[in-house]
Order: sequence, then C-alpha cells, then structure tokens
Amino acid sequence: MYVAVKGGEAAIANAHRLLADRRRGDRNVPALTLAQITGQLALAVDRVMAEGSLYDPDLAAMAVRQSRGDMIEAIFLLRAYRTTLARFGNSRPIDTAKMRIERRVSATYKDIPGGQLLGPTFDYTHRLIDPAMAGDEPVDEPLCRAREDERRAPRVTDILNDEGLIERDILSDDEPGDLTRDPTAFPADRDVRLQALARGDEGFLLSLGYSTQRGYGRTHPFVGEIRIGLVDVEIDVPELGFAVSLGSVRVTECQMVSQFTGGGQEGAKFTRGYGLVFGQSERKAMAMSLVDRALRADEFDEQRLAPAQDEEFVLAHCDNVQATGFVEHLKLPHYVDFQAELDLLRTLNAAKAKNDEMREAAE
Amino acid sequence: MTLPEYNFAYLDEQTKRMIRRAILKGIAIPGYQVPFASREMPMPYGWGTGGVQVTAAILGPDDVLKVIDQGADDTTNAVSIRAFFAKTANVATTTKTADATVIQTRHRIPEAPLSAGQVIVYQVPIPEPLRFLEPRETETRVMHGLEEYGLIHVKLYEDIAQHGHIATTYAYPVKVEDRYVMDPSPIPKFDNPKMNGSPALQLFGAGREKRIYALPPFTNVVSLDFEDHPFEVQKFKQPCALCNATGVYLDEVVTDDRGGRMYVCSDTDHCETRREEGHHGPGLPISGAQTVKEDAA
Amino acid sequence: MTSPILSVSNLERRYGDFIGCTDISFDVWPGEVVAIVGESGSGKTTLLNCISGRLDRSSGSIRYNMRDGRFPDLADLSEAERRFLMRTDWGFVHQNPADGLRMRVSAGANVGERLMAIGDRHYGEIRNTATEWLGRVEIAGDRIDDKPVAFSGGMRQRLQIARNLVTRPRLIFMDEPTGGLDVSVQARVLDLLRGLVSDLGLAVVIVTHDLAVARLLSQRMIVMKTGRIVETGLTDRVLDDPHHPYTQLLVASILES
Repeated sequence: MYVAVKGGEAAIANAHRLLADRRRGDRNVPALTLAQITGQLALAVDRVMAEGSLYDPDLAAMAVRQSRGDMIEAIFLLRAYRTTLARFGNSRPIDTAKMRIERRVSATYKDIPGGQLLGPTFDYTHRLIDPAMAGDEPVDEPLCRAREDERRAPRVTDILNDEGLIERDILSDDEPGDLTRDPTAFPADRDVRLQALARGDEGFLLSLGYSTQRGYGRTHPFVGEIRIGLVDVEIDVPELGFAVSLGSVRVTECQMVSQFTGGGQEGAKFTRGYGLVFGQSERKAMAMSLVDRALRADEFDEQRLAPAQDEEFVLAHCDNVQATGFVEHLKLPHYVDFQAELDLLRTLNAAKAKNDEMREAAE
Repeated sequence: MTLPEYNFAYLDEQTKRMIRRAILKGIAIPGYQVPFASREMPMPYGWGTGGVQVTAAILGPDDVLKVIDQGADDTTNAVSIRAFFAKTANVATTTKTADATVIQTRHRIPEAPLSAGQVIVYQVPIPEPLRFLEPRETETRVMHGLEEYGLIHVKLYEDIAQHGHIATTYAYPVKVEDRYVMDPSPIPKFDNPKMNGSPALQLFGAGREKRIYALPPFTNVVSLDFEDHPFEVQKFKQPCALCNATGVYLDEVVTDDRGGRMYVCSDTDHCETRREEGHHGPGLPISGAQTVKEDAA
Repeated sequence: MTSPILSVSNLERRYGDFIGCTDISFDVWPGEVVAIVGESGSGKTTLLNCISGRLDRSSGSIRYNMRDGRFPDLADLSEAERRFLMRTDWGFVHQNPADGLRMRVSAGANVGERLMAIGDRHYGEIRNTATEWLGRVEIAGDRIDDKPVAFSGGMRQRLQIARNLVTRPRLIFMDEPTGGLDVSVQARVLDLLRGLVSDLGLAVVIVTHDLAVARLLSQRMIVMKTGRIVETGLTDRVLDDPHHPYTQLLVASILES
C-alpha cells in the first residue's frame, strides 16, 4: 500500500540533531576553543575571512568549528552573516607601502631596499610529516628583528614606476563598485572584477592562473613582489576633517609584473596584475594577480581566446558559495520535471515501436 | 562578541525596498528580467534564495504563507523555507491554496485556480530562456532588447526534426504580451496555460543569477510553438490513484521492484482536499485513509 | 540604375598608430560584383569588416541604400535596424564555414534560422523552403537533418551560401569564400556562386587574394596595398592592362606561378 511521504519537519530536526552530535564528536575529548582555531588553524581562518569577505577572526573560527572544517560551508556562514551588516562607509584605500611587513619577496631583483624577508613560509620546508605533530612538543620562540631594524621598504612596482617602466597605477577617488550591493553588469570595471576575484574560490583561481602559465592566455608574469603583513584601516570622518584609524588587518599583496605593451609615444611598459587577499595566502594572491592580468586583455588589444581572459566566464563562476549551492541543488527533488521527461521518452519510444511494427508488417 | 539579531522576515528594510523597486519595475515591464542586488541568504544558492528574497520583501505580518516544492507542502525544502518565515516573520502558514495570500513555489503551479489578491512567487534557477543557446549575458541582453528570438525557434525546429515533437517538457519558454520571451522556471509545461491571464500576481526570483521578473494579473502568456506543431500539455492516461482526479499533474510512484507503478497528484493540497470531499481513487482503500496518513508521519 | 547600393567615402580604420586602411572611396551598384584584391596585410579584410558593420571605423562614411529608399550612413542606423539589415538584406560568407554556420544544428535549421528570425512560424513551410535552397546549392534533400559537422568542406561552404541567401538579400559580403577549399572543390563552388549571383541579381563585395577568383566572379576590381587603394577599374582591364606597378607585379606573379 502506498502512503505519501510525510514528516519532513521531524526528519529535518532529527538530521540536524545528528549533525550536532557528529560535529561535537567524542564528548570525552575537550571541545575546540576559538583560540585554538584562530591560533593553530590560522590559515583556515584566513581563507574563510578572505572568501567570506569579512575580517573577523573569531567569527571565522566559529564558522570553521560549526562547519566541521568544511571550508566552503564556513565561508557560506560568514557570508550569510556579513550580508545583514549595515554599511557605515568606505575606508580610505589601505597603503601597502606602509605595511608592517612579516614576509616580503621579489623575484625580479636580487636585492631591494628593505630587503627580502622570508617570514613564516612553507617554502623550503621538506614536506615530510613531522612525527612531532602527533604530540605537543615544545616549539622554540622565533627570532625577532628589532623595531629600529625596520627599514623603509618601497614597493617594487614603485621602483619600476619611477623609471617609467611599468604602467602607472590608476589613481581614482571614485566610489568603488560593490558587487554585494549592485548586480554585476558586463563588461565589468576592474574594481568590481578585483572584488570578485578577492572573494573568489582559491582553487578555481589557482587553476585559472595555472592555465595562463600553460599557454591559455599567457601573460609572461614575474613576481614583482609579494608582501604579507599588517596595514592600518582608516576611515574619513567628515565631522572631524581627518582620517581615524579603525585598527589593522593582515593582508597578502601580490604585484605581478607582466607582458609589456606599447611602443609609440608612450614607450614600452610592463603591465600589472594585482592580487590582494585578507590574511596570509600568497597562493591565492598570486593566482588572483595572474587572472586579473589575463582579464585585462581588451585594455592591451590582446585576443581573448582563453578561459582566464573571459570576464563573463570567470566572474560568473569564481564564487564558491554560488557554485556549491547550484551544484548541490541537484539533490533537491526534481521529480515533477523528471516525470515530464519520462513521459516524453515513453511517447517517443512508443512512436518508434509503432513505426517499426508497421515497417515489419509492410515487409 | 555581539550575537546577530535579525529584522522581520530576515532582510533589512533597505534591502526590501531595493527588491520592491525591482519587483515594481518587473510588473511595469512584464517578462523583462530586472537585475537586482541579490543578497547572500542563509540558505544555499539554487535552493530558492531568489524566491525567498522576493517573499521576504513582500511579506507583511497579516499574510498567510504557503510553500510548495514539486507541488507538495511537505517536501523537505518547502518545510525548511516555511519554517524560516515562521521563525523570522512569525507569519501564519497554511497548506491550503485557497487560504494563502502568498504562495512560494518550486517547479509547480497549484491545481486550484489562483484568485485576485493572491501572489505566487516562483523560485528560478536560470532566468534566461536563451542561456543554453547563447551563454553570454552581453549577447542575450541585446537579443531581448532587439526582440531577436529566431534562435529559440531553431531549438524548437531541431526538436521536431529530430524527434517529431517539441522535446521541451519543462521550463518551456513563453512569450509575454507579445514582447519578451520568458523562462517560466522549471514548471512542467503542463502548468504553462495556468500563467496566462491569471488573476493572481506572479513574481519570479532568481537569487544566484540576480534577476527578478513578473507577470501582473491578467497578462497574456503564450507558449512558443509552430503553427503546424502547436503547443500541447502532458496528458495522463489514468486518474490520481488516491483522489481520482483527472486533468491534473501526476507523480509516478514506484511501488515495488517488479515494475509496479502508481500515479498520484503532485499537488498534495489538491489531493487531500478532494479526499476530504469524499473522492476516492482506485489505489485508496475506502476506510482507514486518515489512519494511514497519521501512521506515516 | 539610379544610385549605388553601397557608397563608401574617405573611410579610415586605425589600430592605434597603425593604419588598417585609409582614404578608401568607392561605390557598389545593384547587381554588381566588386572584388577587393591584395596580399595579406593589405587591409582588404579590415575594409570588408568595416563596410559590413562588423568592425568600427575611425572616420569616413558608409551609406547603404535601404529598400524603403532611404540612403543613410550605417552609423546613423539604430542597432536594431543594423542587425535587421544583417539578417535580411545582407549576407556574409566567411572563409571558414564554421564561422558562419551553427555546426551543431541540422542543415535545415541552419537555412531556416533567418526565416524564423523574421517571424516565419510554420514548420512545414520553413522545411520546404530549406529543402528548396539545399537543392539550389546542390545538397541532396535527404541531408536536411544532418549537421554540418558531418559535411565536407565544399558542402559546408555551399550550406553557408544557402543560409545567407534564403531571405533574398540584395548585398553579400564574401571573405575568401573558396580560400579554405581544395582546388578541385573550389571550381564547383565558384561556378555555383557565379550562377546564383547572376540569377538573383545580387550585389557582391568579395575579398580575395586569388586573381583567378576575381576574374571569374567580378566585374570591377579594387587593388589594395598597405591599407590604400592603388588601382580600380573593370576587372578585365585591370588584369589585362594593369597601370600601377604593384598591380603589374601582382598580375605577373600570378602568371608566372
């Protein structure tokens, strides 16, 4: 005897109860604290803040915990919270030239004013799983340079710019677009493109950036500079007439010095690809700068043939919250539409069977 | 740390105003896709974020909300969305089509005719009817702007050439007021005629794709076809096994692994109402129907 | 014959400092075939793309004689009017048929698309018209439901021609229409083109580097070099008695090879 499926509400409640149990795991093991997550899974927290586009380590840590370590789920949680927040204003552009640098490398010059600083990097570690990770062995205190040792570290692109060898930065006081507040229209401006990339999925951008290196929209990139560190965030308060500091955020900036352009009156110049990401993630910042440069094909009269150069393609698909929602919605019931397809298929096959029958009869 | 608090029906009033402006524009230009600044919602994209935003923007405290998915009130996503509004807006909810002032739907239009004053909100995954023929937004916007709809007939032509029929069974494109070609959302084409001249206001929300469009009451909606291959809806050979209804859309239910099938109303409210009125289908025992329903919960 | 169908004057197209074509003036008369010849890089394709509205010009005027008697500059037409012209009154035959066909839809739909675009809504009639046009370009009627991917190069080119002609256009642009074909196939396509052009009284602007194609199809020739017209005249005159040294070289190199 057929009975209609009922009881969605109870099933959902029970499923969520089971989820909560699995999230907590063995009750005899202490629960993770937010301090543990922000302190020891800092790069996970950074990624959630970057792609959630909200700088709040504690909330990001909560989201990581709530999502059982599923990064896209955590990003989604942060986004859904962010969207409800009131907007008070735009900060002044952050000045990365004044960054308190933790890491800074350039691939274009052997030595640069301010020096190369390796900082906390996985580079040059041997990827051997460290038996010490099974326990909690003491870790040495890091060596710190003295405050007075912090030399001025001009950006490499500024050095090139002083020589007139790279396209000028476009200075603008225009209100930047906000893709979370306005529907994106194509072609999009670079500010909106960069926003989309900064929020975009690390894996997607990594693969696209990689594809440009393999010939799908080559940009001949050199890492002018990657710098990671703290920058001040300031906001203009009209009543006061000066900017007020709101605090500082950690960011990773990558300036890719790319394929030169021009000749003629302007002279030949390198072009820029730009990446900026909340927290520490030079993989994402580098990939972003490759894709940013590839997307600028029209500006330099380059043929747009590769996926990474295709603005509509990249912008429409780089958001992992959108992507995961739409891919996963396929598990929602579709039986009404499936029924319609079944019906059509049977009709077509019945028509064919009838034809075959008639043909046989005729033979 | 401050814990979040939320406005009536979740969205803030600024956002609601923005969505209402888009809805009004959509009503003013029936079938035209209005871009809107779709918000990140607390449910995934593709799971009804567009419909939820439209519903949130139009919902008032006195509204009575019905939510269906596949025609049914008790499918999990419908339950989840109904619970969302019951919690964030504290509105009355119903499963009765006739009692609802706002009906949010995924993939169906209720069987009972809608009446003046009701609003039906469709969840739309891909609002662009030309998308699978032309992937570029820049190009499809021009095609709509210039009424260049030859391509969509190429698709229908190919169907007939290949299968002898127009092989589109759901999300079947329509022309609105002889101007815009519109995607009716993935409702079965069975439901297309219900859109034409409906006294209810019909709103369509696509969250991920950031589009809202609308059909004001009594709008002329025509399913695309050829003169010699006119549009036809699905016909079912048997009535609903539970309520004996004919001329309604049926779900096929696999009853065993030996090819057993039965067909029941996709619209659960319609089916229940008919059974309450005393209709009995061939698959339903005369007595004990209520008990069976209780047991299954 | 009171006025030209297409009138180009002082046309220039630049790419930054680079000149695509400049100082171009000529008229095309109804029913006339004009060949634009020159080596690659001479600017002939840039010119064709400009006058067919596929590429913006830098300066100059391009006027078209509409069916309703107006003779506007193309730049003064609305986007809607321009696109309507392109799919009704004009045709464009690409060198590579894949650029002008929908390779994944059937031959019938390829031919029928323009009809459906202008509002034909009777499947049977669209199909009959498509069958008739396939016949005119010597494609068997039973191939109507096959896709161009299954066609040979010559058939694809003939299909592209049929797709363009089904709305009875008055002006056709052609970019090396036989350039991608085997020599053995070229002759058949050329022959077909010549027949259709004269039967239908089409005006044609054809770009080619092949002087033999120009001689076979065109009444008048425009010779281009580094973005400029160096010589124009009746095709027979230009080929038999070239005045400009560059044309002389072109003609000589053809004769030698």
